[in-house]
Parts: sequence; C-alpha cells; structure tokens
Amino acid sequence: MELTKRISLFGRTRALEKEIDDFLDKLSQGSLLFKIAIRVYLNDGCTPDFETKLHDVNKMESDADHLRRAIETKLYAQTLIPESRGDVLGLIENLDKLLNLYEGSLWAFSIEKPDIPEEFHHDFENLTDMSVQAAESLVLASRAFFRNPDAVGDHNHKVMFFEKEADKVSSKLKHAIFGSDLHLSRKTHLRNFVEHIDNVADLAEDIADRLAIYTIKRTI
Amino acid sequence: MDLSVLIFLTSGLFLGWALGANDAANVFGTAVGTRMVRFSTAAIICSIFVILGAVNSGAGAAHTLGKLGAIDALSGAFMAAFSAALAVYSMTKAGLPVSTTQAIVGGIIGWNLFSGTPTDHGTLIKILSTWIVCPLLAAGISIILFKATTAVLKRANLHLLRTDSYTRIGLLLAGAFGAYSLGANNIGNVMGVFIPASPFTDFNVLGLFTLSSIQQLFLLGAIAIAVGVMIYSKRVMQTVGGGLMPLSPVAAWVVVVSHSLVLFLFASQGLESFLISHGLPTIPLVPVSSSQAVVGAVMGIAILKGGRGIRWRVLGRIGAGWVVTPIIAGLVCFVGLFFLQNVFDQKVHAGGPGEEPMAMVKYASPEIKTPNVAMRSQ
Repeated sequence: MELTKRISLFGRTRALEKEIDDFLDKLSQGSLLFKIAIRVYLNDGCTPDFETKLHDVNKMESDADHLRRAIETKLYAQTLIPESRGDVLGLIENLDKLLNLYEGSLWAFSIEKPDIPEEFHHDFENLTDMSVQAAESLVLASRAFFRNPDAVGDHNHKVMFFEKEADKVSSKLKHAIFGSDLHLSRKTHLRNFVEHIDNVADLAEDIADRLAIYTIKRTI
Repeated sequence: MDLSVLIFLTSGLFLGWALGANDAANVFGTAVGTRMVRFSTAAIICSIFVILGAVNSGAGAAHTLGKLGAIDALSGAFMAAFSAALAVYSMTKAGLPVSTTQAIVGGIIGWNLFSGTPTDHGTLIKILSTWIVCPLLAAGISIILFKATTAVLKRANLHLLRTDSYTRIGLLLAGAFGAYSLGANNIGNVMGVFIPASPFTDFNVLGLFTLSSIQQLFLLGAIAIAVGVMIYSKRVMQTVGGGLMPLSPVAAWVVVVSHSLVLFLFASQGLESFLISHGLPTIPLVPVSSSQAVVGAVMGIAILKGGRGIRWRVLGRIGAGWVVTPIIAGLVCFVGLFFLQNVFDQKVHAGGPGEEPMAMVKYASPEIKTPNVAMRSQ
C-alpha cells in the first residue's frame, strides 16, 4: 500500500510541476499582453482593442489565481518540499502580485483615460519595455529556481539591470512632464501612470532579491 | 522451557526496547527531522527491517561481543543487560542518542570486575578502536557521498519537486537498509549475553525454513527493538534530525546512507568472507554504535560546510552522554550483581556463591558462529 502511494506520488508531482510551469506561463503572457495593451492605448487610446487586451489580462490574472491556490493547497496537503515550501509559496504569491499590478494599471488606463501628449509616447513605451523585460527576466529566474538554481543569479542580474533602466526612464519622463506647460492636475495625473508602470519593475526587483535568498537556502 | 530463563530474558527485552527507542532515531532521525518521512511510516519500516536484519544476519557481530567477557551465569547476563538498558533508557529520557554498544560493554566490564574475570584486552581494544574508527569512517563516507550526490543532482537539473520525491524514496530505502544493518549489527548487544542460555529449540516454519534457537532469540530481541521504535523513539529522532545541525533533505539522505553503510561494514559476514577470499584485510565484525555513526556522518557534512551551523552545545551533550553511558552501565551492573548475589542469593558467575537457575554453555563456543547452526541450551 505504501508502495502504491509512492508510485502515485510521482504522478502527483508531475501534475504539480506542470501547474507551476503553467503559472509562470500565465505571468509571462500577462507581461506581453500588458506591453501590447499600453502600446495600443498610446497609439489609439481606449479603443475596443485595448479593452480586449484588458479583458485578456484579467482572465490571465484570474487563471493564475486559481493555479496559485491549487499549488498552495497541494504543497501543504501532500506535505511536499518541507524545507522549501514556505519559500515557494512566497515566490508564487509575490509573482501573482505582478499580475495584479498589470491588471490594476490597465484598469486605471481604462477608467481614468489619461490624455498622454505625443511627445511622451516614446518614453512611456520605453518604460513599459524596461518594466516588462524586468518581469520577463524574473520569470526566467523563477523557472531556474525550480530546475537549475545556479542560473538564478544570471537572470536576477538582468532583472536588476532592467529595473535600473526603468528608473532612469521614469525619472526622465517625470522631469519632462513637470517641465512641460501642462496644467498641474494633468502633470500629477500623468505622473501616476508613470509610477503605475514603473512599479512593475520595482516589484520585480524586490521579488528577485527574495529569490536570491531562497536560492542560497536551497543550495545549503 | 525453564520459566526462570524467560524472567531473566526480560532484561534483554528491556535493552532491546531501549535500543529501539534510542538507536532507531539514528536510522530515520534525519528523515523525520527534515519532515520528509512521517514518524509512523519511519517506525513501521524500521521495525520490519530491524527484525529481518537481526534474524537473518545478526550472528557475526554478536560473536565478538561474547569474547569480551564470557558471562557464565544467567543472573550475571541479566544484570549486564539490565544495567545497559537502564543507562540507555536514562539517556533516551534526556533525548540523547547514545551507544547501546558502549552500554553493554560497560555492563560486561562491570560483570568482569565483580566476578574477577580478566577482561580480554585484545577484544576490548578492538571494540574501543571502533568507537573512534566508526564516526571517522562515517564522516569520510558522508563527505564523499555528499559531494558525489550534489554533483549528480547538479548535472541532472531535476525539478525541485522531482528531487523532493526522489529524496523521499531514497530516504525510505536507505532507512530500510539502515534498519536492517542496525538489526544485524546491534542485536548482539541485546541478546548476545543470553545466547548460552537460549531456551529455544530449532523450529520449522511450515516446512519452508528452520529458525535456529539463536534466530528465535534474536527474533524476540528484535521484536522488543521494534516495540521501542514504535512507542518511544520520537524524541531522540528529533534531536538527531534537527538538534545537532539543520540538514537539507539531500544531506539527510547522505547521513542515513553513510550510517547504514558503516553499520553494514561492521556486521556483514558476507563481506568478510569476500575480503578473505580475495586476500584483502577484513573489517572486524563488531557491534558498533549507530549513534556514533550518525553523529560522525552529520559532522562530515558540517566539515564540508566549514563547520557552520553545528550546535556545539548539543554535540557536547551527546559526547558527554557517550562517556557517561558505559560508566553508568558498569557501575549499575557491579552494584546490581552485588545485590543479586548477596540479597537474592543468585549465582551471578560460575565460581560465585548462590543458586543458579540453569547451567550455561560457554559463551564463545564455536557452535554459535552462524545462526543457522542449531544450539541447544544444556
């Protein structure tokens, strides 16, 4: 009976591995959708196409939530990876917050419909690129955490790099916004949206820092 | 069957129970301590394989112990086993992994001193040397095994969850092997002193195989060990599992395998004959301390990590326990023999005064070299 239980454990392990991979896929797809949605908004405004992208990100976030709960429940119910369980849960929950940020940010675009002057479009696109690349590198670092801990450092290094770049673009953009002739209310409104996007890179960096610690713990 | 023999055997069963409560922790302590294996699963597997190891391969190491002091009266054997059991039990109460081997050696020397029998220094030195060699060997094996395992895992790039599953299976298999080795190596501590008084006769099981009198005696002792594992080993398991040094599940596996290999090396008659047949130096078949083996293995991992994370206080307490255990057992045995002889009028050694429940054959007689050779009490 014990043997049957152990054999079936491999099946359950494989299923859980797949769920974790699926979760990371959702995050990666969410990042790409976020990037496309911002581009669509900057080019065409709050069009049905943008709303479709927002809907897609919502669905992605909701699917990821289901997966996160399933992963958490299985990890505890099957008492798997007792040493790393807390770390894996922390990682998954923090990664889920990234999807929440994408969703919240796109909802803000949809509800508040900021009027972004043409001259800032390039920097907004640039900022989105840097933030999304930081998140993408984090996804790669997270995958490496599960399969190849030695590679986590390489990916984390890129997360840090893109976060720094995002910070530079965001500071430059804020200077440009507040140096313009726009009304103060519009300036602060636009600044909020710069921060919405920049927050993605900041959170990615925070998670990467924690991931570095989890990885050290795994190798001890 | 003489009823008094069974009464005297109870101290052996007490020692078996104490060994199960204490030494089983060494086999599955790290697995349970790292929460990779549930205590109930560990206890069941450990019990089954201790019994198999004791009955199937228990004779080799038991024979050496008999040479140390040929206890020639049943009451004396009773007190030697009882004093050892008491020493191990007191250490178990303190949650410390101790050596049943050291305890029984202490008990036998106590008997030797009381009865005026000279201790066989050659055998004593052989046993004492294993108290140093055993932890060193375990540390060496664990260092090599840990390096090899981590290198293989690095190349395999397994998913964290897959590594976890494999480690669990590995811990269960290594634990089963460890329990088998523990039974084979340490049953001599539990029942060795009673072999000359074995009340059993050969017994044929459904025409399939025959259990010799010694195997039946070992089976009884092994059942006592299993009971000790089941009902009293959890606390020491926790000390071994996490008290000495925090271990990763893979390191826990390395510790269990190293410990099991060391016990196996000191118990395997098959390996001994293989080495002899190839003209290689043999490893003495001596009951070694599984506690020393497991602590040695953990220290091996600690050395690899530059000594970080060792809880020196716990290590100091364990070390003190190892020194105190044979002393307690020796003293209790000496005092207990005095009372048995002078208060209860029991003959505690062949040349002593008092009544003897039954005659004993000379312990280290050639007939008991293998368990398959039938040996009847005379």
